[in-house]
Amino acid sequence: MKQLIFLALSFLTIQASSQPSGKDILNLIDKNLAAKTRIMTAKMVISGARGSRTIEFNSWSEGENKAYTEYTSPAREKGTKMLKMEDKLWIFSPSTDRIIQITGQMLRQSVMGSDLSYEDMMEDPAMANHYNASVTAQDTADNRKCWILQLNALKEGEAYEVRKIWVDQERNIPLKEELYGKSGKLLKRTSLTDVQKIQGRWFPMKMIFKDMLRSGDGTQFIISSIKLDETIPDDIFSKASLK
Amino acid sequence: MLAFKLAYKNLVGAGLRTWLNVFVLSLALVIIVMTWGIVEGWNVQAKHDMKEWAVGGGEYWNEKYDQYDPLSLNDGHGSIPPEIAKLCSSGEAVPVLITQATAYPGGRMRNILLNGIDPSQQIVKMPTSVMNGDTSVINAIIGTRMAKATKLSVNDMVSIRWRDAKGTFDATEIRIAGIFHSNVPNIDINQIWLPLDELQKMTSMKGQATYIILKQGMTSAPTVPGWIHKGYDVLFEEFDRVIKAKHASSSVVFLILLSLALLAVFDTQVLSIFRREKEIGTYIALGMTRWQVVWLFTVEGAMHAVLSVVAGAIWGTPLLYLLSKNGFAMPKGSEGYGFTLAEKIFPVYGAGTIIITAVVIMLATTIVSFIPSRKIARMKPTDALRGKAQ
Repeated sequence: MKQLIFLALSFLTIQASSQPSGKDILNLIDKNLAAKTRIMTAKMVISGARGSRTIEFNSWSEGENKAYTEYTSPAREKGTKMLKMEDKLWIFSPSTDRIIQITGQMLRQSVMGSDLSYEDMMEDPAMANHYNASVTAQDTADNRKCWILQLNALKEGEAYEVRKIWVDQERNIPLKEELYGKSGKLLKRTSLTDVQKIQGRWFPMKMIFKDMLRSGDGTQFIISSIKLDETIPDDIFSKASLK
Repeated sequence: MLAFKLAYKNLVGAGLRTWLNVFVLSLALVIIVMTWGIVEGWNVQAKHDMKEWAVGGGEYWNEKYDQYDPLSLNDGHGSIPPEIAKLCSSGEAVPVLITQATAYPGGRMRNILLNGIDPSQQIVKMPTSVMNGDTSVINAIIGTRMAKATKLSVNDMVSIRWRDAKGTFDATEIRIAGIFHSNVPNIDINQIWLPLDELQKMTSMKGQATYIILKQGMTSAPTVPGWIHKGYDVLFEEFDRVIKAKHASSSVVFLILLSLALLAVFDTQVLSIFRREKEIGTYIALGMTRWQVVWLFTVEGAMHAVLSVVAGAIWGTPLLYLLSKNGFAMPKGSEGYGFTLAEKIFPVYGAGTIIITAVVIMLATTIVSFIPSRKIARMKPTDALRGKAQ
């Protein structure tokens, strides 16, 4: 009997030590996804009540605070450019030939009719800085074994007080994320699929964003090509590049 | 006096020509008075509606709030000071809290403003008491414009998402407890009204407000630190600008209308002088000076205006009276213009407007009559008598 108890305790100890802490998982995710620079060609497929439409674009980003996007298709959006610098966002529309800064109420508007708002794009994605993470359970997502990570905001004022992330146990990559309001209401859900190895890191090439309060099937974000840690000229991240 | 008698006889003698000129001038007079009346009626009605529905007897704004700057909503709120709280508890004021939010009517995203107001308030006409109903949900009211734009009806549930004072998102479902019809678009377009205490809870802004509406007729407004009293001069500033622009655009139309009428008088004068050369020569031969004859013709022309005022009063008064009683219906769709505008405007005619319009028409007609009459002063009486002066 004593031997049985010893064996059971030993097994539990092994299990406990094989489960990394939430903070460790967050760090692993950041390590896997974080890159000094990213250059990508991607498209957004926005599904709504009246069907779907596709918007193609090229994007350059450096760290988390600088990003420049140029829309290439459809013809109506072609030439539209967006620049994010720290906490400021500007957009250039060729039809009006003007640069406008997106502020206040405008930040809450959807980007090109998608399930993403401008303020979603302004968020700092380094979650370890803002959330306390704990592993709450194990589950499967996209047929992969996952840790379910619950993130609770470290301080008041985070956009989402609670987040849940399904993290691939093997590849340390999030496969699903749910964002909750203060009252616990599910507000947004993101699914990350088509994980590929890019320059030695696992990277999701397809993401589906869904505003849970909005009708429709959400917005697909499909990356067709991505280069990590390439040098980007400084002038890309300047207002001059918008025109 | 002789000039007036002669002028009157000549005018009446000219028959239809005179009466046509008189009618055209009276038409200009009546249309000008009517249009000014409609603009003034709009001004009076709109301000009355704004007082009844939105601004009461004036407002106190949080010092960081500016209704024309949506960015000010983030910081433009604060605890209701005791001086104002006293007014609120005695029913002389009502606090309003505003926050930006997103509504999802029918699953579509729409940027809105959530306004919190005490459901039992009596300061403004909004039917806020219906928000006191079913306590298991948050009851809200919206205006007809908002209901039309969002296709929401009474008892419909709609999801809303907002950020609290610190910036954290939350969402819930609210019930549309009532839909009100108001001529004031500011309280309607993209606005949802909720009970104040609910919105304070939702946004973690307990005891706070963005602005305070005072009861109509409040004559004194105490100075409150951190809050700025806004009188009608500020609250109606934007609307006054619209009215001013409307006056300016109407004046152009009046000018065109009056010019056409005066052109008819001018033509009549020119024709009179041309056809009545022998008469002019006879007047001078009988001892009138040339300037006395000029005066006679000028008075004759100016008398068109006097007769037009009389004619305008005869046919215009019942018409204008009927219009002021039955109102002037605004075209369909005018609700969406974005400024306070009733479905029917009841014109308001000021004595000053009527007198000034009549005087302007008389002066303009006199000047227009005098210009061609000056020619008489240069006529040779002998040539005039033979009808060969021109």
